[in-house]
Formats: sequence, structure tokens, C-alpha cells
Amino acid sequence: MIGFLVRRLANYVVLCLVATFLAFALASTTFDPIAVLEQRNPPPPAAVLDAKREALRLDEPIPQRFLSWVGGVVHGDFGRTVTDRPVADELPRRAGVSLRLFLVGVVLGVVFGVILGVVSAIRQYKLSDYLATLFSFIILSTPVFVLGTLLKQPAQSFNELIGTNYLQTLGESTPGFDGSWFASLGDRLRYLIVPTATIALGQIAYYSRYQRSAMLDVLGSDFLRTAQAKGLTRRRALFKHGLRTALIPMATLFAFGFGLLITGGTFTERIFGWYGMGDWLVVGVATQDANIVATVTLFIAVLVLVSGWLSDVLYAALDPRVRV
Amino acid sequence: MTVTDDGAATASPVDPTPVTERTPSRGKLVLRRFLRRKSALFGLVVVVLLYAVAFSYPLFSPWDYAVPDYLAFLTPPDGSHWFGTTKIGEDVFAQVMRGLQKSLTIGLLVGLLSTSLAAVVGAVAGYFGGWVDRVLMWLVDLLLVLPSFLIIAVASPAFKGESWLIFVVLLAGFSWMITARIVRGMTLTLREREYVKAARFMGQSPLRVIAKHIVPNMASLLIIDATITVGAAVLAETGLSFFGFGVQPPDVSLGTLIASGTESAITYPWLFYFPAGFLVVFVLAVNLFGDGLRDALDPSAAGSRKREKKIDKGERA
Amino acid sequence: MTAADKPFDGPVLEVDDLRVSFPSEDGRVTAVRGLGYAVSPGEVLGIVGESGSGKSVSSLAVMGLLPDSARVTGSIRFQGRELLGLGDAELSRLRGRRVSMVFQDPLSALTPVYTVGDQIAEALLAHGRGRVSKQQAANRAVELLDLVGIPNARERAKAFPHEFSGGMRQRAVIAIAIANDPDLIIADEPTTALDVTVQAQVLEVLKTAQEVTGAGIVIITHDLGVVAGFADRLMVMYAGRAVETGQVDEVYTRPRMPYTLGLLGSIPRLDAAEKQPLVPIEGQPPSLTDLPPGCPFAPRCPMVVDACLTEEPPLSLVGAVGAGEEHRAACIRSADIAERDPAAAEVFGVATIGEPAIAAVPRAEREVVLSVEDLVKSFPVTKGTVFRRRVGEVRAVDGISFDIRAGETLGLVGESGCGKTTTLMEILGLDKLMGGRISVLGEPTDRLDKARRKAIRRDLQVVFQDPQASLDPRMPISDVLAEPMQVHGFSAARIAERVPALLDLVGLRREHGSRYPAEFSGGQRQRIGIARALALRPRLIVLDEPVSALDVSIQAGVINLLDELKAELGLSYLFVAHDLSVVRHIADRVAVMYLGKIVEIGEVDRVFAAPEHPYTQALLSAIPIPDPAKERVRERIILTGDLPSPADPPTGCRFHTRCFVYAAMPEDRRSVCVDTEPALNGSGDHSSACHFARSREVV
Repeated sequence: MIGFLVRRLANYVVLCLVATFLAFALASTTFDPIAVLEQRNPPPPAAVLDAKREALRLDEPIPQRFLSWVGGVVHGDFGRTVTDRPVADELPRRAGVSLRLFLVGVVLGVVFGVILGVVSAIRQYKLSDYLATLFSFIILSTPVFVLGTLLKQPAQSFNELIGTNYLQTLGESTPGFDGSWFASLGDRLRYLIVPTATIALGQIAYYSRYQRSAMLDVLGSDFLRTAQAKGLTRRRALFKHGLRTALIPMATLFAFGFGLLITGGTFTERIFGWYGMGDWLVVGVATQDANIVATVTLFIAVLVLVSGWLSDVLYAALDPRVRV
Repeated sequence: MTVTDDGAATASPVDPTPVTERTPSRGKLVLRRFLRRKSALFGLVVVVLLYAVAFSYPLFSPWDYAVPDYLAFLTPPDGSHWFGTTKIGEDVFAQVMRGLQKSLTIGLLVGLLSTSLAAVVGAVAGYFGGWVDRVLMWLVDLLLVLPSFLIIAVASPAFKGESWLIFVVLLAGFSWMITARIVRGMTLTLREREYVKAARFMGQSPLRVIAKHIVPNMASLLIIDATITVGAAVLAETGLSFFGFGVQPPDVSLGTLIASGTESAITYPWLFYFPAGFLVVFVLAVNLFGDGLRDALDPSAAGSRKREKKIDKGERA
Repeated sequence: MTAADKPFDGPVLEVDDLRVSFPSEDGRVTAVRGLGYAVSPGEVLGIVGESGSGKSVSSLAVMGLLPDSARVTGSIRFQGRELLGLGDAELSRLRGRRVSMVFQDPLSALTPVYTVGDQIAEALLAHGRGRVSKQQAANRAVELLDLVGIPNARERAKAFPHEFSGGMRQRAVIAIAIANDPDLIIADEPTTALDVTVQAQVLEVLKTAQEVTGAGIVIITHDLGVVAGFADRLMVMYAGRAVETGQVDEVYTRPRMPYTLGLLGSIPRLDAAEKQPLVPIEGQPPSLTDLPPGCPFAPRCPMVVDACLTEEPPLSLVGAVGAGEEHRAACIRSADIAERDPAAAEVFGVATIGEPAIAAVPRAEREVVLSVEDLVKSFPVTKGTVFRRRVGEVRAVDGISFDIRAGETLGLVGESGCGKTTTLMEILGLDKLMGGRISVLGEPTDRLDKARRKAIRRDLQVVFQDPQASLDPRMPISDVLAEPMQVHGFSAARIAERVPALLDLVGLRREHGSRYPAEFSGGQRQRIGIARALALRPRLIVLDEPVSALDVSIQAGVINLLDELKAELGLSYLFVAHDLSVVRHIADRVAVMYLGKIVEIGEVDRVFAAPEHPYTQALLSAIPIPDPAKERVRERIILTGDLPSPADPPTGCRFHTRCFVYAAMPEDRRSVCVDTEPALNGSGDHSSACHFARSREVV
């Protein structure tokens, strides 16, 4: 068992490394930071460009550059940006911003998605099912960058209604806000609501579709019939036996849903002016910075694998058949 | 009773079994199930209509997407500029149609390419198993770890100024993995099906077994998946173009249009709502169509049992 | 006190003019059309019919467990109280307490995420809230598990359903059903999904359950053998109605409806001294969406007259009224049948099938078509789905030997998991073996090059078990039949000529070639599978349970076809089956497998008449005989427990853990069974592998 988990972990580490290397190599071959510098007006002197080239080790072969970057990562050094600031300085803050968005989004998505899906399945072909299905389809067909912009409108209407700018749609906290820990939390909440709703809506729609069909599968199952035959009412049998079993496939979906979340997060961050990891990636590509790209890739790879691992654990927790 | 083992056998050793009246063909059955679903029919009609309009717009619109009207800057929709104009006087209707053309073409191509790739990789991995399977699935895992968005964004400087077809290849190259996994899973089941075993035991070669017995039996899945992928690809394309990583100016796609309209969504709503609306309606239509297809082609799928209940309701009412 | 709690001395269950219909793609399906029956306290009613006859639907209607889309009319009275129209809450107070049900498929009948003990206790808690504590319920669950014969019940109660075998799960379901001491138990095909030995065990448990609870039992089955020794009364259903009812002995000995007659004649009999032809009931049950007027059985009935097509005959009294019990049949010709009292074969016009010409040649002089020597095959055992890892090895086949001569049929039998399918796959693989040697037509398979292997495949063909899965649903039948010929390079003209000939050969029409598999019934698909196997004119056909997925009446037709083809074409068969009565009917020799070993092998009549190995004896004794009188006096050997895990087989004689001979022996004589593996020994063409082999008559 231990050996197995170690092998699994080793595979994860290798996957992370290879993924990061691929992104790094791709970035290093397609990016040309010197060209970006050259286009400045007035153009920097040749000596400056040479120094830059030297600092960015652009003359070394890519694998070697990657290895030295990885060597740094082990010691907490993620290299320097094109503008010569340590990547590691900005990392914790940006990672925190993204994680806050992801975690709240995922929790809301799973909880409400499951509820919506179950209600939909049990009330199949009633009005509420049609509405839930329509909602999911529309949300799943609306890209996050459209949804975010659309949500700004009701937020504005809400603000007009209550007369203050309670819901904020730009930034993650009021600049220079000073107050108690609690007040600061309240301030952050004002900035959190609309972006979180943007990301959570997609997650809710995604999980509810699958929960609905998982629940429908269970509705026709033999064991539900057995539960009723022993004297449980339909409702009790549905919740105790049906829902519990229909949750199992959700564990697998969790891993896939996370990919959706990360891409969605990138858009959300950009639209609402949050400086998180997704935003950083866009900045990294724009400034042709391989170190930033590699760092973001590593972050995402680790997140995806952690979610994959969590999904495995969740699966084992929900389904006695796969427990060892 | 005599049985000649070749040519025209005159008598049969058993009484012929009558087949009862002919059941309706599969095609008819699928069509019937599909037509019964209003939302799917709606989806199909909208998709076809959008393709038709997007490619025929020059026939009935006086404006070209790239030629500005210097007499109309930021005019709201009116009789001349149906969807209004941009700040340099481009006709938004022509732009949206042109963007729709690009997005739809990219979506269609990506859907086809990615599903074909998924079918080949998944079926080969599932059928052969062993190290072929392990290598291919490791590749799938690797690509799943890297969100396609990231890779294409990183690679985007390389295809700046290149043909948008490279963009199509990249999009397709990063959207086949989950389907490939599903195909592999189905292949594992199909491989144990008795008719596949029968083909193997009669001496059929592995590649022929895949081509003749395995892939055709996943046709429903592949058709459905290709449809859904068209929707997903359009979303991915517009998303990347939104950030400037996809379709490059002077060409336009729905994504680039939405990107330039987002800033002024409140002040000049037509710049945002027209491209965004078309995008959402198209993807929604594709998804509804795909969902209806799934119901019609794959009646064992969860969605179809309910049909019965629905009919019953209708009867009771 | 409600009405249901008062003692009631009428029938436990009275069903009257029950009608059930469902919506479907092609319109409303009327699954039950005016069904009426009654069950007295302590009585066992057997309901028999083919799939689709409405027998399960009617019982679900009694439980109130039909989907919402079903429309139910008529009357269902339980102890005098009308159940139709009761709400879910009221019904749930009855279900599991007064009426309980055992379902067909034990594998899916239990919720996978709760322990077996909890699920049994739940039945008690559901009806005893406030009166029964959780601890009491848990203890009672253990007692119940013990009662239904689960060894080590206290431990096993903590297991999850997936850790139970099919038979054990069915026992657990029975334990749930009897937990509250019900007045009526409905068992819907409780043994269909199980092996014969387990089937016998489960039937014993049901009998025990009846003795313990004194409940009335409705047992639903398609197998007339199963109910022969168990039921008091019988009801035969066809197309949603009862077509014959009466006392079991009366119906079995004097069937008055051609359908019942056919059903009885279609069963291969273990006790048949000489080979009798089986009676196939050709055709399919009618579609229940739009039933034409007249007797629904008329299109398949050999005795049909014009009057049958005009009006559906009512269920009316036939023959003598004996012992206060009425024998009724729904047939206008029942008087004719009573008068002549014909045999089924006579009515259905089936002729006896001859022997192949080669059967006249002594066995020793015939060519060896297939020989298997010391075949070994093992699989790695992995554990866990998410955390998969290798934990050991299963010796699925552990050194077996047999041969098949030209024109001969060898039946290979055993419970599921005994290694018979693995053996078959190893033969068909024509590949390198882990151990031993297989020769097809004298050619060892491990040294074949690609071309030779392909050449041998022409002579070695296969017919599979599942008619649903054995034909590619995307191919028209003519393509299905053409495929093997294309692979082996037949010319297009030759193929075009041969396809219709093959269809003729298996009793299908030529114009069927353009149709798709989905348009055929199970029996017809199996015929197509056989035609495909015949396409290359093979010498040896391997049949993997070719009739076990078919209804008995259809099965008979396929068995007859196989018999006839063998006689006409001089084929050899390797016939894998778990049903010994089918094997007795079709095979010349039989080999019995247990845990990867052959325990008894020999000429079929000798083995069946005087089985020597205790396992063979138990297998034979577990097969029900469709004759109530014989069945009641038969001594049944019930094996204890399930097949041990092949990953960890018992030492010495692998059968000793379940062996009744071993169990009855004094301690000092047992050691040889535990320590030494017995070898196959015997005289003539009959040998067995048992240290204490002693022949015994069990049929």
C-alpha cells in the first residue's frame, strides 16, 4: 500500500516536472524578450541588451536553463522576471488570490450543483426541472468572460437600489483600507461576491448536470426497489440509498471540473481586476517571460494533480467497493 | 431430408422461423426520437440557420466588415447599420457575421479533428493494451495536467501572423484527451464483446477489427462528442481570441469582437451584446442539439427513460 | 387497530382483473391483461411464463413498486384490504412487514455503500421505530443471516454487498424479506441468476423461510423444473394473462393448454432414459402494444383452428375436478387434448434426430479433432480499483486433459468460476500456453506460424453465449455471415452463393440477409451465430453456453438445430454449459470441472447413471426435474457454501471443503483428502478423481 502510494506520488512529481518543462521549453522557444526591449523608444543601448541576455541566460541551451530554474525552485527561488524582480516575491500573494477564488467557487459549485441536480432528477419533468436544465444549459454555453461582464450589470442595479456602491467589480479590496480584521474581511467580501458568483455559476451548472443524470440512473436501480420493498417510503429510500450512491460518480468529475475552474479563473481574474495566477500568465505571455510562465504552469500542474488525488481519495471514501 | 452443404440447399433441417412484421429501421427510430424533442430540433435549426446566415451575409448586407463608414461612429443600431457601428465606423453586423464565420469554421474543424484523433488514440490504446496503452494514457494525463488554454497562450507568439489553421490544429491537439479516455474505456468493453472476439477468432487482423467492429459501434458516442466539441471549441477559440492569443487582427472572430466590446458594455451595449449574444445562442444551440442527439442515438443513456414518462403525462392530461 | 392487523382467515392475497399498462415508443404496452389469482396462508403459488409474459409486472403491482408511468386497474386485496389506490406512506407500512419481496438479480438488489447487516437491520428499524433499538436490530440481523445459512454471520454482517457472492447476496435479500415475519413473500425469479448448486441452496432457504414464517409464497419463474417440487399450485401466464391454473401435479401430468404442453416438452430431462426430441415453440410472444383479437398464442400454436383467431378464450374449467381444486385452461381445444392426451412431441410434430454416420465407427478408430494435455492457465490477482496492485495468482485452469474425436460432442460442465470458459479461450487463442499442450486436428498450437494458425481457424469455430452480444449490431446479417469467408479469401461470387445456403441451413429465410441483428429474436440470433460458425465448414465448433441465455421454449429449437447439424455435417462439438440436463441431451461424453481441475469424465450415460465423484453427484442432484411426484421424493444433496476462491484453493482434494462424503467421515480417514490430491481413476470410458469414489444414483 505504502509502496503504491509512493509510486503514485513519484508519477505525479514526474508529470509536474514534464509539464512544467514543456511549458518552459515552449515559452523559451517562442518568446523573444530581447526583441520586446529593442522595440522600446528610445531603443536601449546594445550593452544593456547584452547584459539582459546574460541575466536571462538566453545563450544557454533550454534544458540547462530549465535545470537551473528547477534547482532554484527547490530552494524557493523561482527565478527573476524580465523586469528583474524575483518571481518568488509575488508568488504567495498571487497564489493566495487565485486559491481564494478557486476554493470558494468549487465549494459553492459542488454544494449547490448537487442540490440542484438532485432536485431536478426527483422532480423530473416538472417545471423546476425544466428551469434547472435551462439554467445549466445557458450557463454552460456562456463563456466566463461574457458571464462576468453580464453580472456586472445586476451588481450595478443592486448598488443603485441600495444607494451605495456595496458590490465592487474591480480589484480585490479597497486600496488603503484600514480597519480591524473583521472590517477588512467585510471589505474583501464586497469585492468577492460578484467574481465568485461568476465562477461558481459555471461550476453549479456543470455539477448539477452530472448529478442529475447520476441520480436518474439510481432512480431506476434495483437496490432502491429493495429499500422500498423493506418498507422505506420513497422519499426516505431516495435520500438514504439513492443520493448516497449517486454521489459516487461526482468524485471522478471533481478532477475534470477543476480544469474548467482554472481556465474560468483566469478570465474572472482579468475581468474583475484581480491580480492572481491567471492574470499573471497573461502578463507573462505579454512580457515574454519564461520564468513566470513556468511558475504558473507548475502552480496549475500541482493544483490539477492535487485535485486528481483528492478525487481518488473522495472516491475511495464514498465507495466501499474501491477501498482496500 | 437432405442438406447439401454448398450452393443451393433445397431443404432446411428445421422449420423456418417466421420473423414478425418488420420493425422500423434504426434510422427512422433515431429520427423519431430526435424529432420528439423540441429543444434538440430548435438547436439544429438555429445551428443550420447561423451557418447559413454567417456565410451568406455579403449577399444582403451592404457593408464590409473591414471597411469603415466614416459618416457613422458609434451609432446605435438603426436601419442602415442593423447592429450599430464601432468607434471607427465599422458595421457591427458585418463584423459579427464575419466573426461568426471564423468561429464556426474553427469550431467545426476542431470538432472533427479532435474527435477523430480521440477515436484513433482511444481505440488503439484500449484494444492493444499493454505498453501502448500505458504510453498513450500517460500522454493523456500529461496533456490534462496542462490546461490547453495555457499551452496555446504560451505558443501564441509563434503563430502570430501565421494562418489561423495552425490555431485550429493547436485547439484540436488539446481538446481530444477526455474523449480519448472515454473511447478507451468503451473499447475495453467492446473488446470483450462476443462479436469482437468472434472476429478475432476467425482470424481478422487487429487494425481491421478496430476499423470494422470497434469504431463503428462507437459512432453514436463520436457523433455526439464531435457536436459537443464544436461548442467547446468555439468557446475556447473565443476565449483565447478574447485575450489576443487566438485569431489575430485584422481578422475578427466573436472573441476579438467581445474583447473590444467588453470595455463599453454599459455605455455602447451593442458592441458587446451582439457578438456575445450570437456566441451564447450558437453554443447553446449546439449543446441542445448534442443533448438531443445523445437521447436519440443512445437510448440507454440516462436521458431517455424519462421520455416515456413524458408521453404518459401528455396522455393523462 | 387497523383492519390489516385483525386475524383474517380468507386468502392472504386476492388479485382480480388486474390490468397494467405502460407508455412506450410504439404506444401503450398492456403488460397484464385481466389477471386474477389468490394465495391462501401458507400456500405456495408458482407463476410460470416466458420473459415478457407479465409475471414480474403483476407482482410489482402487488408491491406497489411499479414506476409512476404505469397505469394499474382492477383489484389487489391483501388480507381483505384493497391495496390499489393506497398512498406511498400507507403502502410502506405494509411493505417489508406484511408483504415482502425477493428480487431476481441479487447482484444489484443491495445498496453498494451500506453493510449487509445494516441493510437487514434497516428492515426492522423501518417498522419498529421506537420499539426496536439499533443494537437489537443489529443483533437480529445477525440471527437472520445465520438463519439463511451465512456462516460466521456476526463477522459477515459487517461486510459490504460486493464482498458477498451472488448466492450469499440472495440469502441476504431473503433475510431482509423475512425479517418482520411477513404473511406473504413474493419471490421474482429468485434463482435465475444463480448456479444450479446455489439455486438448490436458495430454494432450500426459501422453504425454511416459509416454514419459519408460515407465509404464503408467490414464486415466479420461467423454469418449470424449479417450482415442480416447491409449489402447491401453478399458474401459467402468456401475453399478460393466465392461460392455465391448477394443482401442480394436475398441470404437470395433464396439461390442457398447448402452450403448457409445449413448455413441458421443451425441457431437456435429466431423467430421460433415452434421447427424446425436445419440443421447440417456434415464433415469439406477441407484441403487447396492439394485440389482434383471438387467442394470443394462436400464431405459435400447432393446434390452431379458425375459431382461435376470432375470440380470446376465457379461463374455464377442464377435466375432472379433483380434491376441491379447480384445473382451468384458456383454450377452446382443451377438450380435444383431454380426449387424446397426446405427448408434446406429437402435438408439435417433432421428429427424432438420427445419429451421424461416423457414430457407427468405434471411438478409438476415429480421428482426434482436439486434444488438450495438462493445460495450465493462471491470472494475476489485483486488488482495489483505485489503488490497483498485484496480490497473487489464480490458477484458473490447473492441468486438465481431454480429447474430442470426430463426430463427437464433449460437454464441459461446472459452476461459474470453475475455469471452463478459460479453457475455451485458451483453445481458441491458438497461442503459446503457460503450460501443457493443445493440438487441433493433430497440430500443436504452440508452434504455429501466422499462416498455419489462420488455416487452423477455418476448422475451429465458435458460438458464444449471449445472442445480444455475439453479432455486430451495425452489420446486416449477410455481412455477418460473409465476414469469416472474406477473411479467409473466398471469392465474392462464392460468398454470395454461400450466404443464402447458410441461412437455409439454420432455418432462416434468405431475405433475412439484409436485416440487422436487432430485428431478430434471441433464438434467431443464436441461429445466425451458428450459421457464421458454419460458414467456413469447420470440423470442430466450440460452444460457450450457447443456450443458457434463451428461454426454455426457444432453447429447445437451438438444441435441436445443433443436434441436426451434427448428424448431417458430422461436426464435433466442445459444448460448455452449466446446465447438466442440456449436456445430457446433447453430449456423448461429459467432463465435470471443479476449481480448474477435471473431477470426473466419461461417457455421458455412464456418468449420469452412476456418478462417482461427490461433486458430480451434488451437481446432478441439484438439477430440478419437471415432475412434481419425482421431485418431492428425490433426495437432494445440498452443497454447503460457495465455490472457494481459486486464488487460494484448498489443499489436497480441492472439493473437500464442501464435500458431504468428507464431512460424514471419521477424523482419521479424512487426512488423505486434505493432504493428497486425488488422480483421475476409472475403468472404460469413465473416470473420477476422488479417494472415496463410490457410484450413487441421484437422478
